[in-house]
Amino acid sequence: MGAIGVIALNAFRESLRDKILYNLVLFAGLLIGLSVLLADLTITEHHKMIADMGLAAINLIGVIIAIFIGISLVNKEIERRTIYTIMARPISRTFFILGKYCGLVLTLFVNLSIMLAVFLVTLWLYHVPIALSLFQAVQLIFVEILVVTAIALFFSTFSSSTLSAILTLGIYVIGHLTADLRSIAANSESGVMKTMVDVLYYLCPNLEMLNIKGQAAVGILVAPEYLMLASLYGMVYAGVLLSGACLVFQQRDF
Amino acid sequence: MDDIVIEDLTKSYASGWPGRPPFVALDGLYLTVGRGEIFGFLGPNGAGKTTTLKILLGLVRATGGRALLLGQPAGDVETRRRIGFLPESPYFYDYLTAEEFLGFYGQLAGLGHVAIAQRVTDLLSLVGLADARDRQLRKFSKGMLQRIGLAQALIHDPELVILDEPMTGLDPVGRKQVRDLILSLRDRGKTIFFSTHILHDVEMICDRVGIVIKGRLLASGRVDELVRQDHTQSVEIVCQHIKAEGNAFIHSLATRVLQQGQQCLIVLPSPDAVDAMVGEIRRQGGGLLSVTPHKASLEDLFFQEAAPEASRVQADSLTGRAF
Ligand SMILES: Nc1ncnc2c1ncn2[C@@H]1O[C@H](COP(=O)(O)OP(=O)(O)OP(=O)(O)O)[C@@H](O)[C@H]1O
Ligand SMILES: [Mg+2]
Repeated sequence: MGAIGVIALNAFRESLRDKILYNLVLFAGLLIGLSVLLADLTITEHHKMIADMGLAAINLIGVIIAIFIGISLVNKEIERRTIYTIMARPISRTFFILGKYCGLVLTLFVNLSIMLAVFLVTLWLYHVPIALSLFQAVQLIFVEILVVTAIALFFSTFSSSTLSAILTLGIYVIGHLTADLRSIAANSESGVMKTMVDVLYYLCPNLEMLNIKGQAAVGILVAPEYLMLASLYGMVYAGVLLSGACLVFQQRDF
Repeated sequence: MDDIVIEDLTKSYASGWPGRPPFVALDGLYLTVGRGEIFGFLGPNGAGKTTTLKILLGLVRATGGRALLLGQPAGDVETRRRIGFLPESPYFYDYLTAEEFLGFYGQLAGLGHVAIAQRVTDLLSLVGLADARDRQLRKFSKGMLQRIGLAQALIHDPELVILDEPMTGLDPVGRKQVRDLILSLRDRGKTIFFSTHILHDVEMICDRVGIVIKGRLLASGRVDELVRQDHTQSVEIVCQHIKAEGNAFIHSLATRVLQQGQQCLIVLPSPDAVDAMVGEIRRQGGGLLSVTPHKASLEDLFFQEAAPEASRVQADSLTGRAF
């Protein structure tokens, strides 16, 4: 097993020991509680609500964990000085960053898989038909998590946890709004405004592209080409950020 | 062949404030450590010891100069396979047990499962932590962390072992164990480079020492050479029934005279004047109690080099008391 794998598995072990997966209890409680509360609605509304809520909860919890672990992933190692003995080993800084990223992605993948399983069981319990579109939505949620984790990790290589959290959250929100902002700015008179929104549009990830929850909840599929393209877009974006993180980390003194 | 070669190494840390000049932590350091040597890297707080070690391990980038380890530039990833490192007051992943912790470092070093299992057992008993094998590191005491850190540095049986203040935080038994461990590593042909402020440890085990102050090497060499070259051995004479006060001859030879009732302590700067002094004591009708050559220690040298002000104050207060 390569050095990346060793680092990644240890990071995964750390999140297990830190009891990260306890969030799943919260998730299950939330989902089941809401489903019971909403039982007064008509059957179709109820079915749509459960699917909607489930996807939203999966997305929200996944992103929160990605941000909250991601922002401290690297700078915690530096602040706690645990990095000294690791970087004194035959492992390059790039591999360390990649290992940390893979470890968190593995944690998130396991978390997401369990959430998906709980979600499917809930759907089955309430006799909600399980549409293929739900899986498409979860796939793109995972891609979004890959991007958000990369953003958090990138900031974590050079700024404090608090600052990283603010920046990552900011980009996450803007990432969901850029397309809208751009169409608003297109009608605006101000050239400066237009340029600024354009810069934001090209700099921040277009996360709305990865959001197909609304249509997925009512069973509408997206084209496989769209699914592939959107996933590719997210992965390329994450890849660019990771390269940036490696470059920054390469220059650091500990 | 030299395992560590440091030439004109400089490091300045950015001050973090625009306009304020950077802080120079290393200012043209030269040093070599030969294969199979135990080298003690001595210096007061803030002298630049940790900075030097971090540069050697590639944790910090030098501003200028050159550092070679095992013939390769410092920070070379593959060379680190042959180096073991213990940082000062080490911090580790505290959610791991001692066994998992060492296993993790074994894996990072590229060891196989069988080798790791064997090494972990051996090292845990070597550093006296066999009982704590399944305990999480967050439940370790400071000295236990120091010990597990040492085991971590040795897990892959490195050729060159670099330790930053390995004795800190250890009880006397632990100190002795670490000294013995270092000696046994040397006996197996390893090179050990460690920093410390504990002069006693250095005097006992080091083949060579280097004294660094304000980022520069002030002296380096064998302990006995350093001590001999910089200090003429003094001699202490204790006699009785002598009134040293007012005796110009005694004061002209002695560096220090201490009269305590009947007894008198006379310190001579070198053994050369002993005969003349003994003659004078006899002439005055005094009785000789003892003549002790005072072996200069590394501590004297350290004080002299590291804190000339402090040692002068100390000397002044002593002379003051003598008169
Ligand atoms: N990251 C840093 N930024 C700025 N200055 C630093 C940094 N690290 C060390 N220094 C400064 O460099 C000098 C040397 O520090 P270093 O840690 O190498 O000393 P040391 O010899 O190991 O001391 P000690 O015996 O106390 O461990 C100190 O004055 C310290 O303040
Ligand atoms: Mg130090």
